[in-house]
Amino acid sequence: MSTITQKINFLRIVEIEKIVRESPTVKTFFFADELSAQGKPGQFIMVWIPGYDEVPMSISSTCSDDLVSITVANVGEATRIMHKQEAGGILGIRGPFGNSFSPVKGKALLVGGGTGIAPLVFLAAELAKLKTKLTFLLGAKTKEELIFLSYIKAIISRTKGKINAATEDGSFGHKGVVTELVETTLAKEKFDKIYACGREPMLYKIFELSNMHKISLQMSLERIIRCAIGLCGSCTIGKYRVCADGPVFTSNQLQEVVNEFGKLKRDFNGTKISV
Amino acid sequence: MMNRLAINIAGLELSNPTMLAAGILGISGLTLSRVAKAGAGAIVTKSLGLQPRAGYPNPTIVQVESGLVNAMGLPNPGIEHFTQEIKFTRSVAPLIISIYAFSTDEFAIAAQKAVKIGADALELNVSCPHAKKTGADIGQDPKLLEEVVKATKRSVKKPVFVKLTPNVDSIVRSAKTAEKAGADALTAINTVKAMVIDIETAKPILSNKIGGLSGSALKPIAVRCVYEIFDAVDIPIVGCGGISTWQDAVEFLQAGASAIQIGTAIAQKGLNIFTQVNEGIEAFLEKKGFHSVKEIIGLSHKSK
Ligand SMILES: Cc1cc2nc3c(=O)[nH]c(=O)nc-3n(C[C@H](O)[C@H](O)[C@H](O)COP(=O)(O)OP(=O)(O)OC[C@H]3O[C@@H](n4cnc5c(N)ncnc54)[C@H](O)[C@@H]3O)c2cc1C
Ligand SMILES: Cc1cc2nc3c(=O)[nH]c(=O)nc-3n(C[C@H](O)[C@H](O)[C@H](O)COP(=O)(O)O)c2cc1C
Ligand code: FES
Repeated sequence: MSTITQKINFLRIVEIEKIVRESPTVKTFFFADELSAQGKPGQFIMVWIPGYDEVPMSISSTCSDDLVSITVANVGEATRIMHKQEAGGILGIRGPFGNSFSPVKGKALLVGGGTGIAPLVFLAAELAKLKTKLTFLLGAKTKEELIFLSYIKAIISRTKGKINAATEDGSFGHKGVVTELVETTLAKEKFDKIYACGREPMLYKIFELSNMHKISLQMSLERIIRCAIGLCGSCTIGKYRVCADGPVFTSNQLQEVVNEFGKLKRDFNGTKISV
Repeated sequence: MMNRLAINIAGLELSNPTMLAAGILGISGLTLSRVAKAGAGAIVTKSLGLQPRAGYPNPTIVQVESGLVNAMGLPNPGIEHFTQEIKFTRSVAPLIISIYAFSTDEFAIAAQKAVKIGADALELNVSCPHAKKTGADIGQDPKLLEEVVKATKRSVKKPVFVKLTPNVDSIVRSAKTAEKAGADALTAINTVKAMVIDIETAKPILSNKIGGLSGSALKPIAVRCVYEIFDAVDIPIVGCGGISTWQDAVEFLQAGASAIQIGTAIAQKGLNIFTQVNEGIEAFLEKKGFHSVKEIIGLSHKSK
């Protein structure tokens, strides 16, 4: 007897078909996989770099011909080795895991920081199909690190939406952090939903702002992922498991785990440390 | 109305015979309490040691046709850190702290610490198949097993469950050894030593190469172990291995288990599994005219 959970959890070896450099530190990897291609915005897959590590990565796009992409920042050993790979290289994958963003009609505000932009781009493409009016706010350290800018511009122009960016060094758009743009945007405009993905201090700030303005919210969180199927308990935030109950959480759920959200996470041995 | 499912095992009053298996969601007090609220009659923590331990790098889990092979490597924050977690588990269900250690003395100290922070009972992990110098390295050595159980029993008054490994010539011998050394109950079984190789890359998938098989593939092995042990000892047995339905649970009870533990099946069935299994056992008892779950413990031995 093979259930759906078992099926998606089987390791598949895939060949990298194409690699696109998005920024000095970020690359997008494309490969064909039928199951991942059915993934929804917000879902993630586990990527095995044979002989090294297995790490969680959000799906950044899917395509009707089973082509899927993940967008990877080079931050440590596993991601450095991935970045050295070339088309034709091999990865092991299982998934897709977790829940997904629920698309809203009407007006949506999307806020992405760093590689957190990747799953939101996937979401934006889905929302555009529903004719949702989009405002996309992006944040990064520098202009070079603002990924998917022209792609987002193309989606936005189709939906008559808006795009605005912040860079910490001021090399593009607003000089400062993206949450400052969120603050000014929310002071002027109402939205049906806010979607966000990025570093947790940024997410926490947006959570506070959404509460203040009483706008419903969904954001994607990160914790240490091992099993990805809700068993091992590595990824908990409060009573929730990021891999199985998340990674996308609503404002109400975040309120329930507010003692940890934005403050505490667990390291590899399970000790609570500051975010 | 009398609760048909209630069972006393080694002095622990359980409202039903389902328990969470060790190492499943057992690091966080809040998730343990969520499991109890979802219907588990008792909760068991991740195996905790005296020192924090990071465990093995990923991959730590591989799906196979009817189960999982895992080598987490006992990641845990250490017993001391668990003090912060335990406050969330108070009064939801009996709490069993699973402990592991690297020597007889350390087991005694770990047991005392676990009781001090609030364990209602202890489960000794002398059966993890992928950790060196602890777990099954102890459970596979009858002399060491005896010493560890004796030392632990001497150091605490709370009930001590000994979790057995099937990776031995005779699990009956391990069971008898543990009983003689003073164990209050036995948990059978931990995972079967296993491995998976990816043929495309010719690489073992787990970072530790070798791990333990859990899930439905394990069930007939575990049922056999419980059945054999039941004939050989007088202390209660907690059945564990591949339980995913109420029928599985009843099978373990009839083999001789007084309670059962559920782990891997949570991945497919979610936390509702505890309530589903309990409702199924209850309906079965009613249909068969039993007034208590105790009446079916070891029932299969009577039809010999
Ligand atoms: C649900 C989810 C989706 C993610 N999506 C993306 C994405 O689309 N793009 C992207 O670039 N990054 C994403 N990440 C983060 C990514 O998993 C880490 O950057 C990656 O694991 C780093 O591995 P490393 O070996 O290169 O770095 P290391 O040097 O091993 O670690 C650097 C940091 O990465 C994090 N990390 C390491 N291993 C894990 C693990 N098993 N689980 C979670 N975090 C870990 C830790 O915070 C660690 O401190 C996501 C994380 C999660 C939880
Ligand atoms: C991810 C995972 C982690 C585990 N960790 C532990 C552990 O820390 N201590 C322990 O005694 N058993 C551990 N086990 C074994 C289980 O408690 C149980 O004995 C085994 O999985 C068989 O039951 P199941 O088929 O219902 O999962 C673990 C099993 C899994 C799958
Ligand atoms: S990663 Fe194992 S429970 Fe989430």
